[in-house]
Amino acid sequence: MITKEEVQHIAGLARIGVDEKDLDKFAADLSAVLDWIEELKEVEVEGVEPTAHITGMENRMREDAQIDFENKNAIVDLFPEKKDNYGKVKSVL
Amino acid sequence: MIKDLHNKLINKEITAVALAEEYFAAIEKNDKDIFAYLTLTRDLALEQARMVDGKIARGEEIGILEGIPGVVKDNLCVAGVRTTAASKILDNYIAPYDATAVARLKEAGAVILGKANMDEFAMGSSTEHSAYGPTKNPVDLGRVPGGSSGGSAAAVAAGEAVWALGTDTGGSIRQPASFCGVVGLKPTYGRVSRYGAIAMASSLDQIGPITKTVEDAAIVLSVISGEDKMDSTSAQSPAKDYTKFLTGSVAGMKIGVVKGYADSLGEEAKASFEKVVEKYKELGAEIQEIELPNVKYSLPVYYIIMPCEVSSNLARFDGVKYGMRAVDHKNTVLDFEPENRTLIETYLDSRRYGLGAETKRRIMLGTYALSSGYYDAYYLRAQKVRTLIKRDFEKAFEEVDLILTPTTPSPAFKFGEKSADPIEMYLEDVFTITANIVGVPAISVPGPLVEVDGKLLPQGFQLSAKWFDEENLLRAAHTYEIN
Repeated sequence: MITKEEVQHIAGLARIGVDEKDLDKFAADLSAVLDWIEELKEVEVEGVEPTAHITGMENRMREDAQIDFENKNAIVDLFPEKKDNYGKVKSVL
Repeated sequence: MIKDLHNKLINKEITAVALAEEYFAAIEKNDKDIFAYLTLTRDLALEQARMVDGKIARGEEIGILEGIPGVVKDNLCVAGVRTTAASKILDNYIAPYDATAVARLKEAGAVILGKANMDEFAMGSSTEHSAYGPTKNPVDLGRVPGGSSGGSAAAVAAGEAVWALGTDTGGSIRQPASFCGVVGLKPTYGRVSRYGAIAMASSLDQIGPITKTVEDAAIVLSVISGEDKMDSTSAQSPAKDYTKFLTGSVAGMKIGVVKGYADSLGEEAKASFEKVVEKYKELGAEIQEIELPNVKYSLPVYYIIMPCEVSSNLARFDGVKYGMRAVDHKNTVLDFEPENRTLIETYLDSRRYGLGAETKRRIMLGTYALSSGYYDAYYLRAQKVRTLIKRDFEKAFEEVDLILTPTTPSPAFKFGEKSADPIEMYLEDVFTITANIVGVPAISVPGPLVEVDGKLLPQGFQLSAKWFDEENLLRAAHTYEIN
């Protein structure tokens, strides 16, 4: 069972703003799913390799080279706030 | 269907512009009720169609998909077009580039009519989680079209598109195809580049076609598949012309039926499935019972791996570089005091108001499972069980060529029937999820209709094949369809 305090902590880690009144509902929903996936604890996994890539593909190397993206203005246009060609954010420090 | 339209185009019975206009007229007429489309791309479509007509007028040869109109799920980028993934947080997002699958369709001359509705960020099985309202099932407007690619499936079923692109993370192409009575194909993991797909769960996501026929699915797959340098997980096998493998015969093919699977079905769905098994027998396939002992853990494995990957992928939606930015400094409860409160509140409020409830649930679940002290118990254990499930499939495929199951436990359900309880909704994916867990290709094909409350509803069956064996998969599906 997940407590309201845990939900508040998780929401903070996930950077999702939550209202005091939402905490109970999220606690109930998350607890229900966690109870349901408990079933996995019964599986014997001693010595089993975890799957890293499902078709067994390994690292693929490429040259560390810059590729120019032509449509830069379209990216700048998406900034929620901007000054000239710079994205504007709230002060970081 | 695509071949017929292609012949009409080259025989000058219809122009590509007139064909596109015909589909826009169908959308105009029906989509007020169905709501398959979030955005129409009329200018783009007509410009593409005019180019095709120019080629035909000049006597040039045209490709099979040239001038054929379709729809792209709204979590796939189309350059210069609004791409929301059905989320408020991307309400104003205009994609700066094309997804590779979209670029390949454009290159092949396919006409793009618009963007299809879906569950927000592809999380859901009914489109009820779209921030813009649900799509309705064209077969019965009181029922869901399935999800998350519900808009794509409904558009094809309603005659509002010839082909559609969807994405499938746990059944999101196949389940809506089953509910709407159309064909839905999830290719092998890596067969189609994921570049330009708004990522949900990166180790499970795959793009694929939804179409009226298996042959049409093969045509679209032939165009969108193949290696892409922009997606390092795309498979290094060249694209093939999959229509070449549609021989119309399953004689001698070995098809596995999973012991105990049909028992969980309702009576009507079970009868529909048994008819499919019978038909494959009559067509000359060898039916063999197989066991997949660890498959019962697929859903819990999925509901650990998927939310973990979701929590990581969706961290990018924070109101900084694009999408909705909200700050209201109200009500938010925090158990720590940040040094830079206004910046943190930008993240908190943008995500609070921009994301829907199901999306938040999954992000939080993943954040919890990945948080300090829980990684081994959840994510790592799930990835180990995933290996066991994969071994089950490797073993089964030593004995059989294909595995046959229902696509869904029952036909389309009614609005509101499962939306109150998240786990009820999650159980929808019980048959489809394993193909994503183990990465094999799988297709849903319309089977015999099922009667519910005096109404006949579509019910799909699902075939899955060995990794990268789309050839046999499509061949068997096509053979059923034409007989």
